[in-house]
Amino acid sequence: MYKKILIAGALLSTTILGTGSNAALARDQIRIVGSSTVFPFATTVAERFGKNTPFKTPVVESTGSGGGLKLFCSGAGDNAPDITNASRRIKLSEVKKCAANGITDIVEVKLGYDGIVLANSKKAKAMELTLKDVFLALAKNVPDGEGKTTANPYKTWKDVNPTLPDLKIEVMGPPPTSGTRDAFVELAMEGGCKSFKWVKALKKKDKKTYKALCHTIREDGAFIEAGENDNLIVQKLNANPSAFGIFGFSFLDQNADTIQGSKINGVAPDFDQISDGSYPVSRSLYFYVKKSRIGKTDGIQEYLAEFANDKAWGPEGYLADKGLIPMSDKERKNWAEKVKNLQNLSM
Amino acid sequence: MTETFTRKTPELARRHAGEKRFQWLGKAAITIAIGFLLVMVGTISWMGVGAFKQTQIALDVYLDPQEIDTAAPNKADYGAMVKKAQRSKFSDVKKHNDKRKLYKLLSSQAAFTLQHQVADNPELIGQTAKIWFIASDDVDMFIKGNTNVDDSGNAGKLDKKQLQWIAALKSTGDIRTRFNSSFFLSGDSREPELAGILSAFTGTVLTLAVCFALSFPVGILAAIYLEEFTPKNRWSDLIEVNINNLAAVPSIVFGLLGLSVFLNTFGLPRSSPLVGGMVLGLMTLPTIIIASRAALRAVPPSIRQAALGIGATQIQTVFHHVAPLAMPGMLTGAIIGMARALGETAPLLMIGMVAFIVDVPGSVLQPATALPVQIFLWADSPERAFLEKTSAAIIVLIVFLIFMNLIAIILRHKYRQRF
Repeated sequence: MYKKILIAGALLSTTILGTGSNAALARDQIRIVGSSTVFPFATTVAERFGKNTPFKTPVVESTGSGGGLKLFCSGAGDNAPDITNASRRIKLSEVKKCAANGITDIVEVKLGYDGIVLANSKKAKAMELTLKDVFLALAKNVPDGEGKTTANPYKTWKDVNPTLPDLKIEVMGPPPTSGTRDAFVELAMEGGCKSFKWVKALKKKDKKTYKALCHTIREDGAFIEAGENDNLIVQKLNANPSAFGIFGFSFLDQNADTIQGSKINGVAPDFDQISDGSYPVSRSLYFYVKKSRIGKTDGIQEYLAEFANDKAWGPEGYLADKGLIPMSDKERKNWAEKVKNLQNLSM
Repeated sequence: MTETFTRKTPELARRHAGEKRFQWLGKAAITIAIGFLLVMVGTISWMGVGAFKQTQIALDVYLDPQEIDTAAPNKADYGAMVKKAQRSKFSDVKKHNDKRKLYKLLSSQAAFTLQHQVADNPELIGQTAKIWFIASDDVDMFIKGNTNVDDSGNAGKLDKKQLQWIAALKSTGDIRTRFNSSFFLSGDSREPELAGILSAFTGTVLTLAVCFALSFPVGILAAIYLEEFTPKNRWSDLIEVNINNLAAVPSIVFGLLGLSVFLNTFGLPRSSPLVGGMVLGLMTLPTIIIASRAALRAVPPSIRQAALGIGATQIQTVFHHVAPLAMPGMLTGAIIGMARALGETAPLLMIGMVAFIVDVPGSVLQPATALPVQIFLWADSPERAFLEKTSAAIIVLIVFLIFMNLIAIILRHKYRQRF
């Protein structure tokens, strides 16, 4: 018995380590980390890149924008990622941190836009909202006369704006850890919040109070944190036609047969209107490349070429099929040029 | 018999009623548990069974000998040939926009399918061949009845025209559903119709192999030493308390440990099954030690006394008599620990195994992912077709789990000895 175990153990370890001996520790494979919003697009490009070129398919990790940049800036060696995706622009503090770790040459690539939609089931009527309506319906405290605030008293959409239907406010959205939530708060909530003149003036005087007022979502049950999984929100909308959900445009695009996006400030969330910037709740998506890794990790330039290509990021490209909102022709040309010249990031 | 035993006293009736009540409660508990299990397995199978089928579309492709160089057939533009075949099938499609819609009926894999066909059967060049291509996920979902036609005549991402083409293909028998072998034979993909579980499955097997190779010998040796050799004193008590605590530590903590020790200090490759297996190995170690000690304790002391009595040394007693008897219990403990490791994603997140990985890992040092991670990633994808893939992957995970438990049962039976 004892011998048998020893033999089995020895066999097992030799097979494991034996097959491991051919592994290359030097990098012949691109490593990408970062935003979960960019993840579906980066993986699509990575997959095509792996199929159409002799290089290995890059490994793409979904770590979130902040986590990705942290890993990206942790060093210039083989163990750190070559590329990081972000659903916001890199911050100055992150550039400095990168520089402190010897990463000075970074190429910035903007790949397109993402819209955040407020959608409901097709079984119910579509809504037309303004950013002010969104803010008043979802904020924890709302302005009550000049310079004063009160706890949000609104129970139905009609309370918020008499032209809206008499429907209980019930909105499902992502938790605070999500980038979608950050973007929604910054773009939609703050946008509506600013429409009050005295609040706008407050921004200069007392930024902290301003932020607390504009960025805090109500906690009395009208806003429901529905977890990071946007598919779950879509399913819940189908089950509850009076509820609304907040998620990325690609989920609306993929489920267009059962859900509809609300018009915001009179603009419907669709490709063209998000692309030209008229839909108010949209953000830019980026990725960042370490210039020093070009030549050390195989295929980085070819990957960039695959991405910065109308076949991929153009209005008829395969990323648009995945729900990416393309940049305008002029903007694409501009960014493609920057990618080609490997232009350094300038803040 | 005296009267005392035959007469039914109120006391006895009350006690019998108590027993009956308990039995009913027990039965109710089991029914509820089985009910939940059935609901879970039922919904998952119902949602996931579709993923084992694949929709295919047939096209008559003319393999133009002028386009394909027989010396280097891989260089030809097969994508264009597939598109041409689609256009000739529906010759009334003229507008650019309509053509694009038509092309979207097929998966992006079509060009590769044709390329492989030509590579395998070079005699096809110059002929018109009927070839089955994988349909796109939108078509697949529609054929399986997962998208409904709305008032405007669209179904999901398919519009009226595309639905007409599908109906036309259906009427000529050029659309079919077949067993989806690529689900088992390919790696992850962003195209739901192409996505498979092979890379995740291989990653899981490699990770568990490392986990077993590390935690089983260490766990068993630690258990034997602690149970049979250490004197009982304050130190051994302290160790025991610590092991019990370790078994209850949340798994993410082990992930953080792996990140700081294995990746940052030792510089082992990120996302590799080696690191994943080591982290999970550390996590299962306490479980194995506790189960193995319990198994050793269950061996009757008479066995030890008899062995020692006829002159065996302590180590002979343990390895010739006690350990073999405890082996079934130890194996069960190990497999229960591994089954827990099989379902973990949290520690893998920290060491970079939650990633999009297409290539099937060939060794423990190459990037890999694991089955539960694959389930997590698919569940989070916007495409509706990933919904059934998610359930199908769960089915595979459960089957894998059942298989592991089966091995545990077989081993237990094989080594069981009766006194």
